[in-house]
Order: sequence, then C-alpha cells, then structure tokens
Amino acid sequence: MSIIIPFILIAVIGALLGFGLAVADKKLSIKKDEKLELIEASMPNANCGGCGFAGCSAYAEAVYTHKAPIGLCSPGGSALAKKMAEIMGEEAVEMEKKTAHVFCSAVPAKEGKDFQYQGIEDCNGASLLFKGENSCKEGCIGLGSCIKVCPEGAIKRREDGSLFVQRELCIGCGKCEKICPNHVIRLVPSSQLFFTDCNSHAKGAEVRKYCEFGCIGCGICEKKFPASGFKVDSFLASFDPKAIDISQAGDAMAACPRKVIKKVE
Amino acid sequence: MSYLAIFLTYVFINNFILVQFLGLCPFIGVSKNSESAIGMGLALTFVTGVTSVVCWIVYHGVLVPLGLEYLETITFILIIAALVQLVEMVIKKISPSLYKALGIFLPLITTNCIVLGIALINITESYNLLESFVSGVSAGLGFTLAIILMSNIREKLDLTPVRKVFKGVPIAFISAGLMALAFMAFDKALLSNLHLA
Repeated sequence: MSIIIPFILIAVIGALLGFGLAVADKKLSIKKDEKLELIEASMPNANCGGCGFAGCSAYAEAVYTHKAPIGLCSPGGSALAKKMAEIMGEEAVEMEKKTAHVFCSAVPAKEGKDFQYQGIEDCNGASLLFKGENSCKEGCIGLGSCIKVCPEGAIKRREDGSLFVQRELCIGCGKCEKICPNHVIRLVPSSQLFFTDCNSHAKGAEVRKYCEFGCIGCGICEKKFPASGFKVDSFLASFDPKAIDISQAGDAMAACPRKVIKKVE
Repeated sequence: MSYLAIFLTYVFINNFILVQFLGLCPFIGVSKNSESAIGMGLALTFVTGVTSVVCWIVYHGVLVPLGLEYLETITFILIIAALVQLVEMVIKKISPSLYKALGIFLPLITTNCIVLGIALINITESYNLLESFVSGVSAGLGFTLAIILMSNIREKLDLTPVRKVFKGVPIAFISAGLMALAFMAFDKALLSNLHLA
C-alpha cells in the first residue's frame, strides 16, 4: 500500500499540472501569420546554421520580415528558394547548389614533418603550435575537425588517411569551411568537376622537398591548354568552373606532371 | 524571523549567486547587457516567488498530511518545471523581444538551483506561508541584484582594454570572484547589529 499512495500522488500532481499547461497553451497561443507558417513548413529543418541564423525557424522569420534575402539556405537549394519566393510573392532567385571540397590530397604518412604533435585531436589546436606538425603549412592538418563539425557525416577519410567529401551527403552548409584553420576545405559549385587538390602557395622546389602530391606551379596546364580554365597564381594552379573548353580540362589533367589535377566522378 | 531579516538574509548575507554559488549558468550567460539581465532577474524573481508559495502549500497541504515528506524534492521539481513553462508562455505572449533576449536561459530556469534551493530552504527553515513568499522573492531579488551589477561591470569591461587572454568570459569570472569577496562583508552579525535576529 505504502508505495501506491506516493505513486498516485505524483501522477495526480503531474496530470493536474499537465492539464493546466494545456489550457494555458490554448489561452496564450500566439497567432502566427499564414505565410510564416508556410515558410517554416517548407524549411528542410536541418538546422545547420549555414544561412547565418540560429536555425531554420529563425531564418524563416527573417525572410518573412524581409530582414534576410531568399536563397541563403543551401540544403533547401533552388527548390526552396523558388517556394519561398512563391509564398512571399517575390521573384525567384536562381541559386547554385554548393558542395564542400578538400583542396589537399596529401597522404599523412608520406608527408614531411617538422616535429611530432601530441596535443588534442583538433586542427585549430594543432594550428596554434607553429601551424601544425606538417612541413606544408597550408595543407590539410588531418586531425579531422571538419569531420566532427559536419552535421551530415559527409566528410570521410580514405584508407591512406587523407580526407574527401562524399558529394551526395554534403548539404553545403559551410561549417567545415569555417572551422578549417588553413581553409583547405571550401565550398565550390556542385557542377564543378575538376580540381587542383593542393592549397600550397610555396615554390615548386620547396613543395617537392616535403610533399609528393602538391602543385609545384609549373604552369603546364595553363600554358599548354589555355582554354582549359586552369590558371597558375603564386605557384598554385586553380580551376575556373566557367572554363571555355571542358574537354581541354581533361587533357590538362592528363598532362599534369604531379597528378594534382583530379576529376570528381 | 522578521520579514526584513529574511529579505536581508537572501539578498545580501546569503546571496544565492555571490555567497552560495548556486545558479551560476544564467549569471554568466545572460549578463552581457543590462537589459536582458534585468529581464532575466525579474523572470527568476517571479518564478521563485510563485514556486515558494506553491511548493509550501503542496508540502504542508498534501505531503505532510500523507506522511510523504520524503517526496518533497521530486514534487518541487515537477511544480517548478510546469510553472516555468507557464512563465515562458506568458513572456512569449506579453513581450516577444524579452523572450528572444532570454533565449535558451528561460527554459534553463527550470533547472536553476536557486528555484529548487529556496523551495527546499523554506521547508528546512520551517517558514510560514508569508515568510516563504518573502524569502522566495528575496532570493530572486538577490539574483537580480547580482546579475545587474555583473552586467554593468561587463558593459564597462567591453569598453576597457583587456588583455587578449582575459577577454570575454575569463575576465567576467574574475570580476565575479571579486564581487563574491566584496559580498563576504555581509555577515550574520549584520542582523544582530540591527537587532533583527
């Protein structure tokens, strides 16, 4: 018996309070505008914060009150932008879907090191100490801060230890871009297929010393295939997605002596 | 104890933040600007006042007659959680801007140690109903006093050149420690000197 009375008592108090709250919720409910509710309903609810607001509902409200432009939500993409524009009665904005990409293909085991880092497993922490243990001060530090921050688990490690982004999973929120101390991982247009997987602006001879993967800035891609969209600037080749002749990009990839140029399938 | 003595006890002598170190989360979290600090303080004062009364009534009206005094903690938690939800609804309705400024800290009042602490202290000190109400409001006002002082200090600190390693929360913690030292000046002797105890 003695156990039943406290059980009933707590249950009764709980039920009374619950009932009271239910009544108060009805009495004190705030009428939301239909438009706002429609926008909120169409949000992807990833709550990634890529738009710069605290969450999906915060961004929905900002759009509703004209405090933020339509089209900041990368998980929602152009479909959401269109829908929002429809609800708000504005003109639709074309927006390009973006994907993260790791601009470094160095294999950690084969990289030249200045010293051995034994601190906490965090790129920003390692970066505080002489910009990390790798001799290459602009490449991937490799401790995987981006992996930890990615809400979708889209950043993966290859067997050799280097990182890559699984494109189907990436929602383009840009959290990895923000946390990477070396800005090795960046958002690129999803349509872009060719990349130079290196972030080092060091001179060719220097790169050769500690990295067998990096771009040496030889400029073969730019000189031999001027229409390929590749351009070398301060010893680092980069690819302009608005390239004139995409077939030349493939040739440039084949001609690259360091095999830094890669194509994403 | 007289009501004035209870008031002085919980605002100064046993200030929950600066002497008993309870409920520090919103004290650091919401003290960045004085406007939201005042809002938070008043919201908490309202909650402590109401919960003190309700918890006292439930304890003496329900738990004592049934001989279930040992259920006080869980019952009080239940009551506090529901009341905070109610306060949240009311603030959302009355002042959306205050609701936004308080943000996550409003639901956090649910788990604020001061609210539960003062409800339990009312029982152990065997206050009557009115005394419980006064102690509840005083506990909230003590918190409000501490957080307003803190927010003013932090607003000043924002304009002061502080060394980079101390910028932000570290210097806030150091200031809080110094404030706690200052509050040690308030002693139980204050009550006897004022012929209140």
